[in-house]
Amino acid sequence: MDDQPLVRQDPWQALRRHTRARIALGRVGSSLPTREVLDFGLSHAMARDAVHLPLDTDALRQAIESLGHETVEVASRAGDRHTYLLRPDLGRRVAPEDVERLRGMARQPGPDLLFVVGDGLSSLAVARQAAPLLAAVQAHWPEGWRSGPVVIARQSRVALADEVGEAMGARMVAMLIGERPGLTSPDSLGVYLTWAPRVGCHDAQRNCISNIRPEGLSYAAAAHKLLWLAREASRMQLTGVGLKDESDVSVIGGDDAPQLPKV
Amino acid sequence: MPSRSSNRETFVAYQTTIGGLSFRFDSLREVMAKATPARSGDHLAGVAAVTDVERMAARLCLADVPLKAFLQDLVVPYESDEVTRLIIDGHDAQAFAPISHLTVGDFRDWLLADEADTAALAGIAPGVTPEMAAAVCKLMRNQDLILVARKCSVITAFRDTVGLPGRLSVRLQPNHPTDDPRGIAASMLDGLLYGAGDAVIGVNPATDSIPALMTLYDLLNEVIEQYGIPTQSCVLTHVTNQIQVMEKGAPVDLVFQSIAGTQKANESFGINLGILDEAYDAALSLRRGTVGQNVMYFETGQGSALSANAHHGVDQQTCEARAYAVARRYKPLLTNTVVGFIGPEYLFDGKQIIRAGLEDHFCGKLMGVPLGCDVCYTNHAEADQNDMDTLLTLLGTAGITFIMGIPGADDIMLNYQTTSFHDALYLRKVLGLRPAPEFEDWLKRMNIMDAGGQVQPVGSQHAMLQNLPRNLLTA
Repeated sequence: MDDQPLVRQDPWQALRRHTRARIALGRVGSSLPTREVLDFGLSHAMARDAVHLPLDTDALRQAIESLGHETVEVASRAGDRHTYLLRPDLGRRVAPEDVERLRGMARQPGPDLLFVVGDGLSSLAVARQAAPLLAAVQAHWPEGWRSGPVVIARQSRVALADEVGEAMGARMVAMLIGERPGLTSPDSLGVYLTWAPRVGCHDAQRNCISNIRPEGLSYAAAAHKLLWLAREASRMQLTGVGLKDESDVSVIGGDDAPQLPKV
Repeated sequence: MPSRSSNRETFVAYQTTIGGLSFRFDSLREVMAKATPARSGDHLAGVAAVTDVERMAARLCLADVPLKAFLQDLVVPYESDEVTRLIIDGHDAQAFAPISHLTVGDFRDWLLADEADTAALAGIAPGVTPEMAAAVCKLMRNQDLILVARKCSVITAFRDTVGLPGRLSVRLQPNHPTDDPRGIAASMLDGLLYGAGDAVIGVNPATDSIPALMTLYDLLNEVIEQYGIPTQSCVLTHVTNQIQVMEKGAPVDLVFQSIAGTQKANESFGINLGILDEAYDAALSLRRGTVGQNVMYFETGQGSALSANAHHGVDQQTCEARAYAVARRYKPLLTNTVVGFIGPEYLFDGKQIIRAGLEDHFCGKLMGVPLGCDVCYTNHAEADQNDMDTLLTLLGTAGITFIMGIPGADDIMLNYQTTSFHDALYLRKVLGLRPAPEFEDWLKRMNIMDAGGQVQPVGSQHAMLQNLPRNLLTA
């Protein structure tokens, strides 16, 4: 061997400031250096744990109750994670006994906007982002709107909130759910807003806010977007493709609405 | 012994007895589905065999089905599906003649025989329907899929020549979550300096606004012109957007579209053959290719028809092969099966993803389509980079036309893992594969590749670093 270092650095590392893509990794021969193999492995491990670690519902319930909300826990019809991953249809439905329980709790009139928090594909996202987002929403809660208990759902897909909302007689439901984790974003939360929720609603009938986490869309910005959409949905009596998100354009929430970063 | 009895003219039953147990299948569609190696998507659809013995019973029946039956017993109705009409009306009886007397089981033997050389396989390709390819595939082991695919040759060209023997091309995929031109240019430079990009430089945009897309086309075109790269660009937006930007004069090399194997699934993508015809004609009329005029780039993947609830009870591997009949109509430069992207409810783990990748490559090549593979997985599938190494190496051995190249195998826009620039160098090194010849000459001219054909590390004085893309200089 000559005195060349084993790992050849790529001389364009300065370009990394333009992207989070894994550029200028260097090489040994034509292969990845050890530190990059380990770094990738760690990112993958975090993303895998985000999918497979069960949601700590006790901790989440306490965090949400400390905001002053009541909570209810339900399960989907997918009994475990393995079934959940293989059968998306079961993750979209509430376990029958829990549907009955929710119906028994329904009050007249029902909530204007009901919150469901579901583990989805990242329990990490829900554990980290759900309570702070609810707090940000609470800070700008529309005058006179009824909420309901926050429903915490295990092994859930987005559409599970339709059945919850229907059972509780909600005008609108917002599903806060862990998004499919990426290697650089294992803890992204998504919110899906659905007007007149009922079993069988299509995805085209929802509005989505994505990538909610400190490194992505902030809690304040996400809460602003959500409440803007909820007010417009209430005015137009619909969500989905007929409701275009123009929350960045006109601020309906008043002067105290948070400033949105440009995304 | 398996038997096939015709009770009425239109009703054919397939049955066999194994150890005193009788198995009966009511349609060719059912035989095909139950003969398929196990995978989660077919279970989700409720079409999979329930037991391993039932699966083998279906294979025994399938082996005795004459290839001619696939021209009569249609898995998706002719009247209601334009993909079926394309398959049947476009069938080349003359090309089919040498194999028209065979059963599916015989066809496997015919393909593996040494007499079935590259010329013989190219000769029958227009006579092979997707259902014939899918059926024989279900009787083949992984090594059979590799051996036969390796004998197939599908050569296409635009600014370089893709698919020549002993060559492996790479799609450079410089995605960025917000389409930042500097971020995209940085990933492009990273890939080019690692010898990637001879299949296409293709971006998946985050936006679908026409002005933003025009900016991306100009960015890709400028880099290709600045360095005189013998390759082509593509922006993977909806085909109707591409028709619009062509009307506005954007420098469009390849037209992209995701396609599937049934009319209803294609409708869920917002396309039909008429729209694809229009885009194809528009791209051809630009005449931007220099060494060839293959102007289309398609992406496919098992499970897409089921996910659109448009599978008609047909198994996902057969639906996938039908997508290649759509691709074949447009003489594409590239067709890419994005094998592990769809998630574990369709392909659960590394084993299922590896099998599907080999199946798709085999069926495509047998039908004369230039198949590449996005060797990939998501974080909720039971797979990891080792599974990708295995599939990558197997597909390289099978003569895959192209693979993806992404910085560090991590797509920060689409949130999945595919193959990296390093992976492509690995595969070229262990199997002695080279880039497309025009691109290889360029790499040597640019001092990225040495005389021995190895892509070498470059120094800070390299011409491309001294003369950065405009988007990086204005940063």
